[in-house]
Amino acid sequence: MIKEIGKYFIFLGNLFVNRESFKTYYKLTLEECVSIGLGSLFLVALVSTFIGAVTTVQTAFNMVSPLIPKYVISQVVREMTVLELAPTIIAVIYAGKVGSAMAGGLGTMRITEQIDALEVMGINSISYLVLPKVTASILMYPMLVIVAGVCAFVGGYLVGNLTGIISPHDYVYGLRFMFNEFTITFALIKSIVFAFLVSSISSYQGYYTQGGALEVGISSTKAVTNSVIAVLCADYLLAQLLLSK
Amino acid sequence: MIRLDGISKSFNDKLVLNNVSGTFEKGKPNLIIGASGTGKSVLLKCIVGLTTPDKGEVYYDNRPFYASDRVAKIEVRREMGMLFQGSALFDSKNVEQNVMFPLNVLTKMKPTEKLDRVNAVLKRVGLENVNKKMPSEISGGMKKRVGIARAIVNTPNYLFCDEPNSGLDPQTSILIDELIQDISEEYNMTTIVVTHDMNSVMGIGERIMYIYKGQKLWEGSNKNITHSGVKELDDFVFSNKVMSTLRQNT
Repeated sequence: MIKEIGKYFIFLGNLFVNRESFKTYYKLTLEECVSIGLGSLFLVALVSTFIGAVTTVQTAFNMVSPLIPKYVISQVVREMTVLELAPTIIAVIYAGKVGSAMAGGLGTMRITEQIDALEVMGINSISYLVLPKVTASILMYPMLVIVAGVCAFVGGYLVGNLTGIISPHDYVYGLRFMFNEFTITFALIKSIVFAFLVSSISSYQGYYTQGGALEVGISSTKAVTNSVIAVLCADYLLAQLLLSK
Repeated sequence: MIRLDGISKSFNDKLVLNNVSGTFEKGKPNLIIGASGTGKSVLLKCIVGLTTPDKGEVYYDNRPFYASDRVAKIEVRREMGMLFQGSALFDSKNVEQNVMFPLNVLTKMKPTEKLDRVNAVLKRVGLENVNKKMPSEISGGMKKRVGIARAIVNTPNYLFCDEPNSGLDPQTSILIDELIQDISEEYNMTTIVVTHDMNSVMGIGERIMYIYKGQKLWEGSNKNITHSGVKELDDFVFSNKVMSTLRQNT
């Protein structure tokens, strides 16, 4: 375990040595941005819309006292979405989609000797292959979190309005009531940390794949599992560091 | 010229290479032969630096590889080209992009110069009008040719081929062997070919190193391999039915 963590940090160190030209990374990073960002947009939007809708319905279900105003429903939706659901739950989905694809891609490159081919050419394969993925992830994931938040609010709004749980006016009022801007900053800090963890851990798992097709599958699974564990640990640590009074 | 000095390598206490030394000359293919599992691919990986040996040194034209710093190692590596057993073409790039890759990353050539160079090497390996095909759309033999084209596009000083004939039919194997031989002479490269294919050995084996259980047991050429006097080598050479029949008839 300790050895593995040490190996991971050496892997991270290798991201920044013997780099190729800026132009090379720029092009690769843009390609990864398209793949990671646009490729995940539909899934993120779909999941977060439903999360917003379900949170609205379940919050309304749990509010049994007539003394509590209706706008509290959207206030709860807002806090849950911004603080936890958009950055963290989407990170779990992101690990499943993007993380496993990263690990699978790099694992396949490893077992088909494509990584060895880069090394023989004198190219730092870790930097060349992984740095654009990590950079693109850090650039795109916060944007996906913003999209997820907006979609969750829209999902809650639509369901609340269509089912009559909460009026559009109350819903919007609740979203704006006692809003603390720092929660957005907190969500974006979390999203950057999660993006780094998911992309680097998944790349690490894929890069060190040994064996054949079966091991590529194992690496992908490990990438998702380890990324999710790291995200949850980081989630707690960040909450403790940035939100505790 | 490449010189090996006492290369040893173990994996989990199992000695895979034991004090292997030797010299590989310029302008002709140098073959490393031996049965499967004898350590010839590990030796090749130690030579190119993909696996670090426990002991020993590799000299590239008298420049020590393992004793040198990172920058010097990269410089040597940029003089290398390698054809991998499975070709190792980049799946996401087409033939032209694969061959152009070393030029894109390692040189500052203009796009037109790069394209001319790619077309020239593709023509040299006998592949024309396949520039836009993806690796999944071409045959095994064509993949090997693309692999050779990618390995030589940067006019390397050293060419390494790991089992260049694996998975190919005998006719295509001969063509690939001849191509490697011709290119080695034409570019005056130090070429090392790892193989266990007796057709290659007899065809292009002007210099051969025989590895048995991680040790160099014999060195010579295809002219004297059939009467080496080394029992293990005889067993290897005459395990082939054609060779064994030939031996009985002579």
